[in-house]
Amino acid sequence: MTLGELAKKLGFKFLCVERKGDVPVSGGYVCDLLSDVMAHTKQGDLWVTRQVHENIVAVASLKDLAGIVLVNGRAPEEKTIQKAEQEGVALLLSELPAFEVVGRLYQEGVRGT
Amino acid sequence: MLVKALGDLHVHTCLSPCGDLLMRPREIVEAARRAGLAIIGICDHNSAENVGAVQKAAGKDLLVLPGMEVTTVEEVHLLALFENLESALRLQEFVYSALEGTNNPERFGWQVVVDAQGEPVATVNKLLIGATSLTTSTVVKQIHRLNGLAIAAHVDRELYSLIGMLGFVPDDLVLEALEISAEANLREVRSRIPDVNRFSLVRSSDAHFPHAVGKGKTELWVERPSFAEVTKALGGQEGRRAVVT
Repeated sequence: MTLGELAKKLGFKFLCVERKGDVPVSGGYVCDLLSDVMAHTKQGDLWVTRQVHENIVAVASLKDLAGIVLVNGRAPEEKTIQKAEQEGVALLLSELPAFEVVGRLYQEGVRGT
Repeated sequence: MLVKALGDLHVHTCLSPCGDLLMRPREIVEAARRAGLAIIGICDHNSAENVGAVQKAAGKDLLVLPGMEVTTVEEVHLLALFENLESALRLQEFVYSALEGTNNPERFGWQVVVDAQGEPVATVNKLLIGATSLTTSTVVKQIHRLNGLAIAAHVDRELYSLIGMLGFVPDDLVLEALEISAEANLREVRSRIPDVNRFSLVRSSDAHFPHAVGKGKTELWVERPSFAEVTKALGGQEGRRAVVT
């Protein structure tokens, strides 16, 4: 499934780089420790986190992730969104907690890698 | 002429909920002397209420730098060190205003304020083990506004460290040093965390028990033990330097 299809189905709101909607999501990862995310994600993963520090953008860009879903309705600072815009990293926002977000992604067929 | 002053810049007291109740001023000073330290930093979690008592207990042959270990909203631990107590207490005011919650001593440990003799004078009810709502960048800026030194704590660890939580040192973050743990293998840390090679390093004990004071230490090559000289050593200025082995 693509990022855009998942977003539409699960009610994730694009904060930026909506053009990445047609990127296929090949797997999922959930973690708030960026060192761990750098070590364990694979290209095309959708990353679920409540960490909103701007470093998330660099990590997603470095690992060529499909996008980042921020949970609990916690939007990042404008600076993080600007950086994501520049780097072409799709940021999505969900009002749900991480457990729910991951559960629903799994139901849609997204698997951990 | 420069002398080698051994510093352990990250020592807790009985004020930290996780700090042993024996971490009282005299015990800390005694442990520091035994370990041959000339400089210690008192860095309790989100508070500086015991710094004055340790300074009083220390007398003249041990420099006690007022400090704090602040937990940021990203759950990064940052050390602040200052020249005087007043600045540390101003940071405390800033941190307290952004720290929610009440401590449960049975669960997290007692938070005891003591006098120089180690007699309890109060307990702190705030949840010092908690995280503030302040970003890492905000805390660093506030430390610098108060003319303090900002050091990222125990970067070799995964939990509660700048590197563990945020992956790497953000480009625009100005830090005077990175700290590594007493047990860290310097060579391993240098190869695993490239950022470590861009900053001055200190090694500290993060002591929560008297016997741990001085287990991690930094050689500070300075003219004399003083805050100004430590600042120069971390900045590599005028021949002063901080050496970690």
